[in-house]
Amino acid sequence: MIIYGVTLLAVCTLLGVAIGQLLGTLIGIPANVGGVGIAMVLLVLVGSTLQKRGVLDLKSEQGIEFFSAIYVPVVVAMAAKQNVYGALTGGPMAITAGIAAVVLGFALVPVLDRWGRESQSEEQTEAMTAEESRHV
Amino acid sequence: MFDALLKVSNTYSMVVGFAVIGLIMWLSYWLSAKLTSGRIHGSAIAILCGLVLAYIGGIISGGKHGLMDLPLLSGIGIVGGTMLRDFAIVATGYGVKVEELKKAGFVGILALLLGVLSSFVAGVAVAMAFGYTDAVSLTTIGAGAVTYIVGPVTGAAIGASSEVMALSIAAGLVKSILVMVATPFVAKYIGLNNPRTAVLFGGLMGTSSGVAAGLAATDPKLVPYGCLTAAFYTAAGCLLGPSLLFLAMLAITGQ
Repeated sequence: MIIYGVTLLAVCTLLGVAIGQLLGTLIGIPANVGGVGIAMVLLVLVGSTLQKRGVLDLKSEQGIEFFSAIYVPVVVAMAAKQNVYGALTGGPMAITAGIAAVVLGFALVPVLDRWGRESQSEEQTEAMTAEESRHV
Repeated sequence: MFDALLKVSNTYSMVVGFAVIGLIMWLSYWLSAKLTSGRIHGSAIAILCGLVLAYIGGIISGGKHGLMDLPLLSGIGIVGGTMLRDFAIVATGYGVKVEELKKAGFVGILALLLGVLSSFVAGVAVAMAFGYTDAVSLTTIGAGAVTYIVGPVTGAAIGASSEVMALSIAAGLVKSILVMVATPFVAKYIGLNNPRTAVLFGGLMGTSSGVAAGLAATDPKLVPYGCLTAAFYTAAGCLLGPSLLFLAMLAITGQ
């Protein structure tokens, strides 16, 4: 039944978010410490275990897949409730600071990507970066 | 007559939300196919539409929640609220490959720390350029560049003025919105096309709404990897902002 998948998703989400909230309280910070991340890991682990044992049938999976598929529309709705007006009227300093942070973040993605690969395997990386520079 | 309509939209607010969002999606995918022949992804256009509507909503209502502040359209707030958003993000995790996550594990943590640090430094540098010299203001604005949640949390903890807090929230908002808009366009230049770089991207950018929307507009398959690291970002920022980063700023400015 579809509801089994939805229930699995709900239980994982609640557990993860609750653990994140408790962690936050324990460390003494007013934020959820990775609740969504923990919930995802739970769903991945429990989901794959149940799948291997054949407990999750196609219908149950559809319950999870529905919410996965509705993700983009939910994000569009989220975009529509952002304080865009506030952001754009926040003054030149706020706008510059925001832009600077984003540019730096974007720039660091390929840098870190290379670092990580180097530590994994030196030889492999050399071949890869050579290939990459050809692409660029 | 308006009252009667308002009554329907209040009672069925979430249904109105789904209907409106569905129409926006349909229009966006149509525009994507007709005007850009698919070069700009439909979801990127849809998210941009959402942001433009939020801007218009902000002008009309003067509120802080975009389109949601218009009484007829308050249901959009439910569809795009934290609960459904997180529920849907966790659901995308069902397609995650555990090996991919393991491969990116260590660099993911590094990305997280470097992401908080780099945004903070960028924010502090800009604040300095605009004439701020005291550690409290610099730290708060730097923390705002981390995310718009870390900014006020840090500012409240170290006693920043309300103007500085407002600036730091605005900086975080700009970051989040810019990540939503720019990610699909820069994706190919920064190699954002596989789970590994998505994990790094989530850790470096952090802003959960920005990462969620940016990856959705780039490639929905990458969403779970980015959101997984981004989920830890705000907490890392809240932890580091009022403590280590503030102490570092105190040491640098001497006041």
